[in-house]
Amino acid sequence: MTATTQATGLFDYLLALGDDALVTGQRLGEWYASAPGMEEDIALANIALDQVGAARLLLSYAAEASATAMPARADGPLPFVHDGPLDEDVLAYLRDDRQYRNVQLAELPNGDFAHTIVRLLLLSAYQKLRYDTLAGSADARIAGIAGKARKESAYHLDHATVWTVRLGDGTDESHARTQAALDALWPYTTELFAPDPQLADLTEAGVAVDPPSLRESWTAVVEPVLAEATLTVPDTAWTPGGGRRGMHTEHLSFLLAEMQSLYRAHPGASW
Amino acid sequence: MSTQPEPLWEVFVRPRRGLSHTHVGSLHAPDATIALRHARDLYTRRQEGVSIWVTPAAQITASSPDEKDAFFEPAADKVYRHPTFYDVPDGVAHL
Repeated sequence: MTATTQATGLFDYLLALGDDALVTGQRLGEWYASAPGMEEDIALANIALDQVGAARLLLSYAAEASATAMPARADGPLPFVHDGPLDEDVLAYLRDDRQYRNVQLAELPNGDFAHTIVRLLLLSAYQKLRYDTLAGSADARIAGIAGKARKESAYHLDHATVWTVRLGDGTDESHARTQAALDALWPYTTELFAPDPQLADLTEAGVAVDPPSLRESWTAVVEPVLAEATLTVPDTAWTPGGGRRGMHTEHLSFLLAEMQSLYRAHPGASW
Repeated sequence: MSTQPEPLWEVFVRPRRGLSHTHVGSLHAPDATIALRHARDLYTRRQEGVSIWVTPAAQITASSPDEKDAFFEPAADKVYRHPTFYDVPDGVAHL
């Protein structure tokens, strides 16, 4: 393993972690002023801000980890060439969808409240377990970020859990909507645990988490919640994926267009 | 979305260990578990507390403003209810 491949791997990995959080935060932020109640509005906005906060830390570290442009990879995301120093804003606002590395589950549209809650359940359980493990990462800075984020993720998971149980085991209408959300979102969970050969060096060095290693503990967290919510895990063979390689659904580019428009129109704008 | 309003809950927050829970406001929630979580998001965002109580607003029996005179005014002229009303004789160490 050369220093270059490890630096590239670290850069990619930090973007994967950061993009998951950033895109999730942006989607939750769309509920702002539209949630089913004022209290829930603030709750979702809080969670969105936690996610954006974690994304800032991760993308800042990514920017420092790679002083230069993103190297191209045969099956990887499109290379990102930036004329100037990298920072969190450049990485968040100037990359296109094919340069983003988040899982597709994060970028799917919010749908109704049940979709948003089920997605948050599936994703925050994954994020929490990943941060739990990364809190012991050999990379001290990743360990520090994960140590902070795991507490926030635990609350996101708790919020999604109490709502999933109430919606799933609620009225006929809420049960039907929540089951429909689970049916639609479940296939996208395969990608969360897809093996990533590019991570081999970092995993071996104790810096990163091997995604397949999280599946068992994730299932142990999520399935009892779904059972209590009287929901049925769908039997499906369709397993979309590829977000880590820059392959996304059509929805991500629309999300980025909205998120990035201000920065692109007024580079360096601040308040 | 249901058009039925969710029940109202009163929120009490203990700012620090050793202090008592203080009423901080109210919120709407479908049940106690969610009321507690909403209270966390609404009233302890800036580290205001270490413990939260929520109680259904309907379960609180409150005195009425109309009863104010009958309830509270009779206490106004009973100064002997205050410990400061009594002179403590010199030399009394423990009272």
